[in-house]
Amino acid sequence: MPAIFHYISQHARGERLPPAEMAASLVLVLLIAVTVRAVLFRSSLAEIIAERVEVVSPLNGWKRVVEGLALLDLGVSPYSGDVFHETPLMIYLFHFVIDYSEIVFMIADAITAVALYLAVQDYNKIVYRKQKYTLEAGRYPLDVAELLRTPKEMMYIPIKVAVFYLLNPFTVLSCVAKSTCGLNNAVTALFILCTIKGSALLSAIFLALATYQSLYPFTLFAPALLYQLQRLYIPISVHSPRFWIFTSQYGSMYLGSLVVITCLSFFLLSSWDFVTSVYGFILSVPDLTPNIGLFWYFFAEMFEHFRPFFICVFQINVVFYTIPLSVKLKEHPIFLMFMQIAVISIFKSYPTVGDISLYMAFLPLWHHLYRFLRNIFLVSIVLIACSVLFPVLWHLWIYAGSANSNFYYAITLAFNVGQILLVSDYFYAYLRREHHLIHGLYLKKKDGTEETLILK
Amino acid sequence: MGLLSDPNRRRALTNLVTRLNTPLCVMCYIVGITWFLGLAFEPFTLRTYMSENAMGSTMVEEKFVYGDRALSYSREFSGHRKKVGGLPVDWLGKTMKSRGLEVYKQTFSRTLPFPDESKERYMVKGTNVYGILRAPRAPRTESILLSATCSEGSNNNQAVGLLLALASYFRGQIYWAKDIIFLVNEHDLIGMEAWLEAYHDVNMTGIQSSPMQGRAGAIQAAVSLELSSDVITSFDVVVEGLNGQLPNLDLVNLFYAFCQKIGMLCTIQGKLQRNDWDTLPGYSHSLNTMLLMVLKQSSGRPQGDHGLFLRYHVEAVTLRGINSFRQYKFDMSTVGKLIEGMFRKLNNLLERFHQSYFFYLLPSLTRFVSIGYYMPAFSFLILILMLRALDLWVQLSNTPRVQDDEEQDPGPSMLSLATPIFICHLTGLALYFLPILSQDMATQHFPVSETEAVVFTAIAIYVAGLALPHNTHRALSGNGTECGWKFETLISSVPCCAPWLYSAD
Repeated sequence: MPAIFHYISQHARGERLPPAEMAASLVLVLLIAVTVRAVLFRSSLAEIIAERVEVVSPLNGWKRVVEGLALLDLGVSPYSGDVFHETPLMIYLFHFVIDYSEIVFMIADAITAVALYLAVQDYNKIVYRKQKYTLEAGRYPLDVAELLRTPKEMMYIPIKVAVFYLLNPFTVLSCVAKSTCGLNNAVTALFILCTIKGSALLSAIFLALATYQSLYPFTLFAPALLYQLQRLYIPISVHSPRFWIFTSQYGSMYLGSLVVITCLSFFLLSSWDFVTSVYGFILSVPDLTPNIGLFWYFFAEMFEHFRPFFICVFQINVVFYTIPLSVKLKEHPIFLMFMQIAVISIFKSYPTVGDISLYMAFLPLWHHLYRFLRNIFLVSIVLIACSVLFPVLWHLWIYAGSANSNFYYAITLAFNVGQILLVSDYFYAYLRREHHLIHGLYLKKKDGTEETLILK
Repeated sequence: MGLLSDPNRRRALTNLVTRLNTPLCVMCYIVGITWFLGLAFEPFTLRTYMSENAMGSTMVEEKFVYGDRALSYSREFSGHRKKVGGLPVDWLGKTMKSRGLEVYKQTFSRTLPFPDESKERYMVKGTNVYGILRAPRAPRTESILLSATCSEGSNNNQAVGLLLALASYFRGQIYWAKDIIFLVNEHDLIGMEAWLEAYHDVNMTGIQSSPMQGRAGAIQAAVSLELSSDVITSFDVVVEGLNGQLPNLDLVNLFYAFCQKIGMLCTIQGKLQRNDWDTLPGYSHSLNTMLLMVLKQSSGRPQGDHGLFLRYHVEAVTLRGINSFRQYKFDMSTVGKLIEGMFRKLNNLLERFHQSYFFYLLPSLTRFVSIGYYMPAFSFLILILMLRALDLWVQLSNTPRVQDDEEQDPGPSMLSLATPIFICHLTGLALYFLPILSQDMATQHFPVSETEAVVFTAIAIYVAGLALPHNTHRALSGNGTECGWKFETLISSVPCCAPWLYSAD
């Protein structure tokens, strides 16, 4: 026990950057990110990127926003003609800032990065405090000293998260293509920030906004709720009345905000068109433009007779993992949130690379799990190779005519398998570290020989 | 999930990879090379066959007998050409018009990046002349194309003559379902590219050309003719196009089918077929043919005018007449019959060629090797990189846990690792962009010509690159050197072996 204290205090005396320097490095990163985006906006690559199907989808393409605005200016409902699938709040936002659209998207990326930075900073403090209390209570076995997290290691995580988000090629591509995915990410990041800071009302409002934008974030209700309960020391059991009181409070705030925003949209455009155009579109997947998701190829080949059944199956697949994961990870709501965002990005009906960059920004948070990751090499190669092969096979299919949709879907499948492997690898590493924290790092069988852990 | 999750099996596999790494790599190399060389062996190849349904039977009697008319046209053409000193635009236009085609002209000009060797001129100017034979009762949405180039000197006259004779013969037939375009282009590839860009309304190479006035719909297939003698002994088919792109194999099969029907000798890579595949000379002949094709594809140069069509998704081949010292000669009427037969078959196409292979190697005209058979050979060679990368990865992940008591070497920092990679990429970028960009400045300040400027800049960057290991070694000095070098090798080999994972199925 004294050895562990000695180890921790030794590292705690290590250097700590003053907040001003951390803020300066964040500003530097923001400047670099803005420069990269500005350079790309001014080059000829901007039009090429804006047309790539991996970066824009029928839901969030910039051409469609412009089309909807043009229809709105003509006095016609922007949802007529099945081109425009954004929410009314988004139209009105762009109605006012259409001349500065590039700046808006760069600001959205900056907001996401800063929100994630602040959120992760707070979260790290909470994690470290909890670890300190557990250490003082003596609940860690003796040999887990190297698994414990130190302030020195956790100091650079917020800036790494900001860098991972801003300088991720996927994010840059998404911003240069002016895909509204960047704005959705900003709202989600603000929701995460408010949840971690503990403000239930703001968190509910931002979650309602995120749900209003793209429907699937409603599954993030569970991790947000679990985090708030944990923060207020309310026990998570069905018998506790405080649990039900808080759940109903939070739930009613969320549903109330959602209803308010939806009614506001109704009054903005004086019609309920947007419900079928936005949510009906997301749920019923009528547009089968190829993208990096799993829906398009499947439904291109489906007979009409079976379509509703398979739509239900695929959509349930997105939300299905929430409850089992919540049960397993109820003590670790932020990891649950990471996994939930990843599941949404992989299984949603029209994913783009902008969605992927949001959950990849979280990876520096789990840097301490590196020693338990088993397949990180394979996963990185699969993801990089598939990202390179997407445009190649698109060219071969559409322009050269030598390949066909099977080739492109093969790459899509491989890419998604790689992502799923990444997420499940981190899940395994997380659970394994928790297991070691309870049972000790070097496991010995009863006769003293070394034991190995096998995941069955 | 066995292999990826079971630690016992993983350990067994990683031990296998690390212990047997070098033997495995050597074996992969040998297997890859042997596989590729074995592809030319006839029992390992497949016989060619027509995949397109519309190209089914050849129950048509070809009736082209106007070979001497073709020859007289060719003599007129060569006479007018000598008089004008280039393409005789007016005579050609008048002749085509009198044969009943819609005639259009297209002028083009292009500034060359380097001056022409022989004339020290920068600008290439020319005219393309093309005539469209409208199909009598068809919607004008599809067409097939026959072209003959008017190159420097006095070759290819007979091709233009045959083109005109065929045009007048085709005009009298009623069975055409697609329009036929007869194109005579000047300056070989430059003229052809100008025509294609104007036809498809794109501008990829910066050629200035007059707007195209007459179009005939989407071109389904194209044949380019090269004939420089009155009689030929064999007909050669040329398939390699720009950047090694190949036409659909069905077009080659079509050519071969008609050669068989007419009884003409046909060659590929200038070589005749042999029957003795089980002897060493026979095998080396096929291997030679196949490797010549690989070499020509790798050069990236289009071997005939047809090579430029392939980018626009138009299947095209070049047919080259060869006059060698063989006894039996074929006259123009036979060649005309062959082309008439091919065009009648192409007339039957319902959609573009897409059924047969786009990626293949031809050890002979009747045998082919598709990508599914030659790609595994290449995959074995890439597998070596993958094995080395895995080996390095396993070594890197095993080393840090060795010492506990002594002071651990601080591992290489991200900055010191990124610097050599960054410098290498910068050198590559410099090599790609600098020679062209600095061409103007170099010729102003130094007494060199443009070509020499480019070459010298490239040599200068190479020489600077020779100092690279010394600089990066200094940057990466310190204890983390060995670990750092392993990491470097890993990162460099990963991008090379990544595409192997998805070689085309």
